[in-house]
Formats: sequence, C-alpha cells, structure tokens
Amino acid sequence: MRFVLKTDYHHDVDIFRDRVQLGWYAALIIFVLSLPIFWGTYLESQLTLVFLWSIAGAGLMILVGYTGLISLGHAAFLSVGAYTHAIFLDLGVPPFTSIPLAMLLCSALGVIVSIAALRMTGIYLAIATLAFAMIVEKILKNWSSVTGGNTGFKVASPELFGWELNSTLYYYVCLLVLMVVMLCVTNLLRAPTGRTFLAVRDSEISAQATGINLIKTKTLAFAVSAALTGLAGALLAHQMHYLFPDSFNLFTSIKLLMLVIIGGLGSMWGVIFGAIFMTLLPDLIATLREWLPDFIGNLPGLEPFTFGLILILFLIFEPQGISGRWQKIRLFIGQFPLYRKRTFRRQKSFLRTERVH
Amino acid sequence: METFFQLLISGIAQGCVYGLVALGFVLIYKATEMVNFAQGDMMMLGAFFTITLINDLNWEYFPAIIAAILAMGVVGLFLERVLFRRMIGESPFAVLMVTIGLGYVLRSVAGMIWGHNPLSIETPYTDIRLHFGTVVLPAADVVVVAATVVLCALTYLFFRYTRFGVAMQATSQNQLAAYYAGIPVKRVVAASWALAAAIAAIAGILLIPLKSAYPEVGLVLGIKAFAAAIVGGFGSLPGAMIGGLVIGLVEIFTKYGIDGRVGFSVSDTSVYVLILVMLIVRPSGIFTSTQRKKV
Repeated sequence: MRFVLKTDYHHDVDIFRDRVQLGWYAALIIFVLSLPIFWGTYLESQLTLVFLWSIAGAGLMILVGYTGLISLGHAAFLSVGAYTHAIFLDLGVPPFTSIPLAMLLCSALGVIVSIAALRMTGIYLAIATLAFAMIVEKILKNWSSVTGGNTGFKVASPELFGWELNSTLYYYVCLLVLMVVMLCVTNLLRAPTGRTFLAVRDSEISAQATGINLIKTKTLAFAVSAALTGLAGALLAHQMHYLFPDSFNLFTSIKLLMLVIIGGLGSMWGVIFGAIFMTLLPDLIATLREWLPDFIGNLPGLEPFTFGLILILFLIFEPQGISGRWQKIRLFIGQFPLYRKRTFRRQKSFLRTERVH
Repeated sequence: METFFQLLISGIAQGCVYGLVALGFVLIYKATEMVNFAQGDMMMLGAFFTITLINDLNWEYFPAIIAAILAMGVVGLFLERVLFRRMIGESPFAVLMVTIGLGYVLRSVAGMIWGHNPLSIETPYTDIRLHFGTVVLPAADVVVVAATVVLCALTYLFFRYTRFGVAMQATSQNQLAAYYAGIPVKRVVAASWALAAAIAAIAGILLIPLKSAYPEVGLVLGIKAFAAAIVGGFGSLPGAMIGGLVIGLVEIFTKYGIDGRVGFSVSDTSVYVLILVMLIVRPSGIFTSTQRKKV
C-alpha cells in the first residue's frame, strides 16, 4: 500500500495520483496498442466493439452514475448518431464534419428530452426516456425515404483523408477516440461542472440550496451524455455495415444500463470493465454451450437468462459492480493481513422514501 | 355506428387487461415503493400455467384457472422472499433493474419450457358471439369486461372491509407508523406481492382468448400497462383501471381512425406519445393530488 503525501491542493484533483499510476497507464496503452499484432481478426473486431460500447457507456455513466438521472432510452441516441452519420456520409459530407453534426443533433435531442426531464425524477424519467426511444424507433422505421426503413441503410466504409481504413486501422481510430473521450470525461468530472453533477446526484435539494442551477446542470448532463452516445453510434455504424431500426431497440438501452451497472456505477473504469464483460459474455456462453450437457447447452434462451441472472446477482451482492469488487481486491492485497470486511459495509436506510403522499 | 360500438367494447376489453396489469404495478408500488417492471412477464407466466393445466393435464377450465391464480400467488411470495426483501432500502433504480433482470429470466425460462410459438386454449366462451340488436360482440371481450368489474368490486371490498385490507392501506401510507401500530409489515408486504402476482395471473387468463400466449407477450403489454398506471397517477388503484381504459381506447381508435388514412402505423406510437405528453403536462397523473417534496 503506497501513500501519497499531498503538499498541494492540486494533488486532490490530478488525473493521475502519482508517477507510479501514470506508469501503469502508459504500460496499459502500450499493451493495447500492440494487441492487433498478436491477435486474430475476430478478437480485434471484438475489442473494437469493446471500445465503442465503452464510449457509449461513458455517455450513459455521466447521466446515471454521476448525475443520478435514469435513462431507459439511450439506444435512441445511439441510433440517431448512427443514422445521421451514415446519411451525411452518403451525401458526400466528410467524416470530420458528419460526426460532429451527428453529435450535435444528438445533444439537441438530449436537451429536448431533458426539458421534459426537469419536472420528473427516478422512475418517471425512466419511462419518459423509454417512450422517447420507442417514438424514435418508430420514426426511423416509418420515414423510409430517408432511413431506408426496414430494408436497412448501407453504411459507407470508413475513410480518413481519402484513405480507406481496414479493420486494424479502425481499431486504432476507435482506441484513440476512446482515449480522448475518457480524458475529456475525467477532466469534466474533476472540474466544477462535474462536481455539480455529483451534488445533484447525491441530493437535489441540498444542491439547490448550495446555489447550483438544477435546470442547467441536468440539461448539460443530458446534452453531454447524448453527444457521447451519438459519437459511439456514429462509429458503431461502420462496424455494423447495415443499419436497421430494430438494431437499436429497448434491449439495446437495457444492455447499456446493464453495462453501466455491472461495470460499477460512478466509476469510469467501470465503463470499460462493463463493456469488456458485455461483449465477451456471449462468446463465453457460446463456448460453455459445448461443455455443458446437451439438454442445457442446446437451450435457445440461455443468453438472456444468463444476462438477467448476472444483473440480479450483481445488484444484490455487489451493487458497486466489477469496479467495486476490484477496489476491494486491491485493498485486500494492499493491507494484506489487516483487511476487514466491514470497511465496505453498505449503510442500509430502511424506508427511504421518494414519495410525498 | 355498429363498428363504433364494437371498437368501443374491444378497446375497453383490451384496456381492462392493461388496467389489471397496472393494478398489480400500483399494488406493489403502494405497499413497498418498488416498481415491478416484470409485472407483464408475471402475467405471461400465469397464462402459461393455465395453458399447461388445460392442454397438457386435461383439467377443466374453472379448476385450472383457480389453480393457476393460486400458483402465481405462491410465485409472488417466493419472489418477494428471495429477491425483493433483500432490496428493501436500496435505491428505486436498483430495484427497477432487478425487476428488469427478473423479466429477462422469466421470459427465457418460459421460452425454454413452452417454446416460442403462440399457444391458446379452448375456453367455455370461445367462438360464442353475443347479439345486441345489430351489434355483434365476441363473448371474450364481454367476459373480460365483466370479470374486471367483478375483480375491481372484490378488491374494493377487500381494502375497505377486511382487517388485512385495512392493514395493507395503512402500510402503504406509512410503513413505520403501521409497524408501531402492530401491523405485521413483512407479512403485509409479502401478501401484496402475492396479490399482485395473482391479479397478473387473472389478467393473463383473460388475455389468452384475445391474443395467444407467447414468452414476449408481457413485455410490450407491461410497458403499456405502466403507461396506464402513470396516466391514472401512480399510487391510485381506481386511477390504474381508468388509465388502462384510456390507453386501450386511444390505441384502438387511432388504429382504426388514423392508420388507414396515413398509410403507416400510428397506433403503436400513440401510446408512447400519450405517456410523454402526460408526463410533461401532468406528471402526477389524473387522480393524485400534488404535493411538494420536503427535505
């Protein structure tokens, strides 16, 4: 267990705790950069997906994990980002313009949703965003002159400065975007803006009493979150080749929420853990099918069953997700014989009520 | 005019099913402040229990539905004991996600057991049509409406006149005060789950003749029932029924009134537009008095 002597207020908000941590991050980046050299194309495309889901998850994490607003409709932003980007590319707009345009459109939509969201909390907000996502899905389905409807919309292959990107180069592009996004989000969260998000999450009333503008904060959180999810959607479009309105449905929204919860609410590392978990779990189940006896292995509903079960188990036994579990393991190793389970005991508040009548 | 009446009745019948599922939502919400997103899937399970009893075990219709309702009550008790009692005191969001996970599990288990093809049963009133003057109504619709009216009356009597019903009302108003007054809160909460699951089973049984049963039937229906609960004001039992009727009628009249004229399906979207408008204009629903939250 290392202790850092803090001699400056800036040490509290620095991105890296000390040089050792910086070194670990540098090693991680080198490791991820070198992966395509050793791994086959399948794992490469899976890792690209991990990066893209991480970006989308980072968007949702800002909203759910840091501002405490629930969205059951983030698939809508994903699909709007994907479709806007693909349609602009089709019209001959370069990617450096079409991606920002897609993000802008998404954040505008996010602001519209947040106007509705300002009057509601908790469960009502979840339902409002769910209804919004359903409406977006139906619009994409029925506006076939622009989106191609149920026949699908072909996405142009990714290009950068006139060069066509193969899958390895696309892997690097996604990695770069993920790193920039993570840096920006971490920076945002350690700045006053991010602190207001946290204040609103922990208690709206006390945040308001401290002079935080609730309307501004919630709108901003929605806009940033929607823009990031839209960015992920735009990049995901290339990975999907064909866009269908059904590819972004209620289950996609729930998958994003699962990612954020299983990864660990309120932690940016949680997003990455969650994305790895959600992308690799189907592969793991497919491998397990061969090992399991036939009468279990051949069941069709094994995947949603496992997803649901794992979600429930995490929420009951480890609400802090993988990232929380990782923190516990690290502390266990750091304080080896002295670790006490009670350090992380959750405070239970019985009768925590949200209603007024 | 005949078409109008037929649409009206089938809209009301569909609305009654929404209302019954919404009733389950509201019951659980009032007792425990938990929002059970798996209510629609519990309805699906109740429908499948009935189908198995009648088609595979060759039971008579009435014993079968009573057995299915009781079985679902036990399932409700089991879920409360295993899952939701642990979630007391957690954030509403965590509870919502647990019920979403439960929905996944229930749907895939149902898919493993009963397959994904729509199943149906012979009811005593299948293929019977009732004639009121020039209006011809399928008996299934009328049975749904009648059963719902009876069930609502029973629920009202239960809450108004039985000791346990009054204890449930007290618990839903203030858990701590109810506890001090000597009400067995744990047992009341468990009973609310059992009751909600039983009502879900009734909704499922009534639904089978209208639509067939398949594992995903509860998902969209659950969302629409949720909309019904919101329209009625979450936390009001009569509100849930009326919200259900509103949703059912809006859906069927947009389907026949608008869809044919514009050339694409507006009716699917109408419910969601209704929820959004309702949440923006009057988030507390039609039937609850608004109060500001205090610190």
